[in-house]
Amino acid sequence: MDLLYETLFNGLAIGSVLVLAALGLAVVFGLMGVINMAHGELMMLGAYTTFVVQNIFKAVVPEALFPIYILVAIPLAFVVSGLVGLLLEKTVIRRLYGRPLETLLATWGVSLILQQFVRSVSSAFALGLLVTVVGGLLIPRLTPKAWWHQRWTPLLGSGSWIGSGLVGIVVASVLGQQRVLDQPWFSARNIDVTAPTWLRGSIDVGAVNMPTARLFIIALTAIALIGVTWFLQKSVWGIRIRAVTQNRSMSSCLGIPTEKVDALTFLIGSGLAGVAGVAVTLLGSVGPNLGGNYIVDCFMVVVLGGVGKLAGTVLAALGIGVLSYLIGSGSLLLVWPAMPAGLNELITFFATTSMAKVLVFALIVVFLQVRPAGLFPQKGRMVEA
Amino acid sequence: MADFASSLFSSRNLRRSLPWLVIVVAALVLPAVLPPFRLNLLGRFLSLGIVALGVDLIWGYTGMLSLGQGIFFALGGYALGMYLQLDSLEPGQLPEFFGLYGVKGLPAFWQPFSSPVFTLFAVWVIPALVAGLLGYLVFRNRIKGVYFSILTQAALLVFFNFFNGQQKLINGTNGLKTDTAHIFGILVGSDGMQRNLFWVTVVLVIGAWFLCRWLTTGRFGDALVAIRDDEPRLRFTGYNPTAYKTLVFAVAGALAGVSGALYTVQSGIVSPQFMAVPFSIEMVIWVAVGGRGTLIGAILGAVLINYAKSLISEQLPETWLFIQGGLFLLVVTALPDGLVGWWRQGGPGRLLAMVVLPQRSLTYPALDLDPEVQAEHSQFDTQGSESQGSKGGPR
Repeated sequence: MDLLYETLFNGLAIGSVLVLAALGLAVVFGLMGVINMAHGELMMLGAYTTFVVQNIFKAVVPEALFPIYILVAIPLAFVVSGLVGLLLEKTVIRRLYGRPLETLLATWGVSLILQQFVRSVSSAFALGLLVTVVGGLLIPRLTPKAWWHQRWTPLLGSGSWIGSGLVGIVVASVLGQQRVLDQPWFSARNIDVTAPTWLRGSIDVGAVNMPTARLFIIALTAIALIGVTWFLQKSVWGIRIRAVTQNRSMSSCLGIPTEKVDALTFLIGSGLAGVAGVAVTLLGSVGPNLGGNYIVDCFMVVVLGGVGKLAGTVLAALGIGVLSYLIGSGSLLLVWPAMPAGLNELITFFATTSMAKVLVFALIVVFLQVRPAGLFPQKGRMVEA
Repeated sequence: MADFASSLFSSRNLRRSLPWLVIVVAALVLPAVLPPFRLNLLGRFLSLGIVALGVDLIWGYTGMLSLGQGIFFALGGYALGMYLQLDSLEPGQLPEFFGLYGVKGLPAFWQPFSSPVFTLFAVWVIPALVAGLLGYLVFRNRIKGVYFSILTQAALLVFFNFFNGQQKLINGTNGLKTDTAHIFGILVGSDGMQRNLFWVTVVLVIGAWFLCRWLTTGRFGDALVAIRDDEPRLRFTGYNPTAYKTLVFAVAGALAGVSGALYTVQSGIVSPQFMAVPFSIEMVIWVAVGGRGTLIGAILGAVLINYAKSLISEQLPETWLFIQGGLFLLVVTALPDGLVGWWRQGGPGRLLAMVVLPQRSLTYPALDLDPEVQAEHSQFDTQGSESQGSKGGPR
């Protein structure tokens, strides 16, 4: 029996990372109908923020304060990922409103760029990028007014980006001659975040062994869930977000600033991805490819949970997490030794992490045959969404 | 005779036959000119053009973005790979890798692949059946749009994990090597065989193009475009979109299978990497860059992007992901119809008109040149610029 509880606990821990990761995705998808393929990379940014905060604490802050670095990292990861998400919304997603498939492709492009950025960013690279961005944004504004109504004016924007991009590349390669500036910050290798001592032990309840790190993740998820629920249910902006989710044009008519709501939602969704990134660092080493490991699972959570209800997301994420863990770790067999032989063979066949995914996804597709709109579909009279 | 010659070289016929002439000459000349390595690359990229045609059918024409074409691509590759593994064995022998995992007998599903005729069909029928089944299950519930994309991606991951994890059935992550096998007694990896495969690829690409052209012109093609533009309306008109979508998804799966088989024999290996998530999304970007909804654009996009990828990855491997990511952004924001669409809509002319060529007058030139009119225009322009200027910069 204790084994069952322990298995359930571990499954719950895995599931709650998934809840945290999918929460932001689901909120954004519910509101804007946009699937953010770069969500996993925003998680990765959160994980790298944790890494940087840890290193700063190691280097600068007195040792006595080191254990609390993780508590500092959580809000910081929220801010970093949230700001990157906000930038993404303002520059790319806004232009693609109402074209979900194009948005999907564009965010995939962003995710590729973010991955490679983390791998190859060095001081020289960062300075070159800064030159490019500043040039690309400022040059069109600094040009004489007479240029604004020429027939080649539409080319001015792209031209200045291309020009400042070239300047940026030159700057980066010239600075890259210096050994110090050419050092990559993170490189393509995985990084390890050392958990503070108070997260390394475990607590025994009865005979059930619960690692503190996993308890911490579960607590973090619960707090994030409560926070998001409170925000969506009680705060003014939360109510606006829900209104836009239900009926965008009506909300707009009633004076809700939908553009601001979009930006805010994207910021919150991306910030939650950052917090999930912090949680992931406690489970093992992380690398630039971190996003890819979680993103498809998160999508399945959104599909299974249905849009517009947080409960659906939570239930779907916990379900997928617990089920994959139960099957994948093979502990289902230990928990239930008296399983019928046929089922036993089947479960043994799927008893690895990757094969468990095969079974769980197959189950989801079967489930969608019965409930095509997920666990909690939105009710309404629209013919087609 | 003179009539025939003159009609052959009349401008209309010439314009029609010239592309074909170029293709035939290129197909005959390139194997002699290019070094074997480059020729092999070109052959591979052309075979990717076939899977791109399939993506174009379902995304460009029907509006369904599948992120799982890698499944069908790999299934085609595996079908041919299994045949090649079995074909070069003595009777009673097993492919070498089975020994590593202690497998004594050939698994049952390998048996039919010792027959070349079966394999020839399996290469495209199996992917088509899988695609048809998957498509039917999804389309039947009217799952579409982003949900469809996500589900195809999940299916891709399922197949990837399955093939990656099953060493005893299909050699898992190592895949099946084909370049040391023999077809008709010739080594698959040899230069002569690769040249033949290049020609086979060229013929099949042209064949696939004709198939897609036949499908997209006429009533079937109209129905596909109608599904893309307004599916409910098509349904209310009395059509059954599910059947059309399932059929076209199966056709795209078959094309992907053929493409995967050709790619496998030219790259020398089929492995679960064919079902990696990024690769299937890349297929979409080939079509997007070339021009969705234009068949030639799909092939062009596949060849161009892959050539660019191999060239850039040779020189500056780090920059390729940046360029690829940038391409995704550029295409969806600035070039929604891709290069071919931009060309057909007179994009180059417009670009030139912005920079060099004189602007074409919309009214009578004499009127535009009238000093009085010009004075009014300039007055209007300055007014316009002031009101625009307050908004802060050009758009």
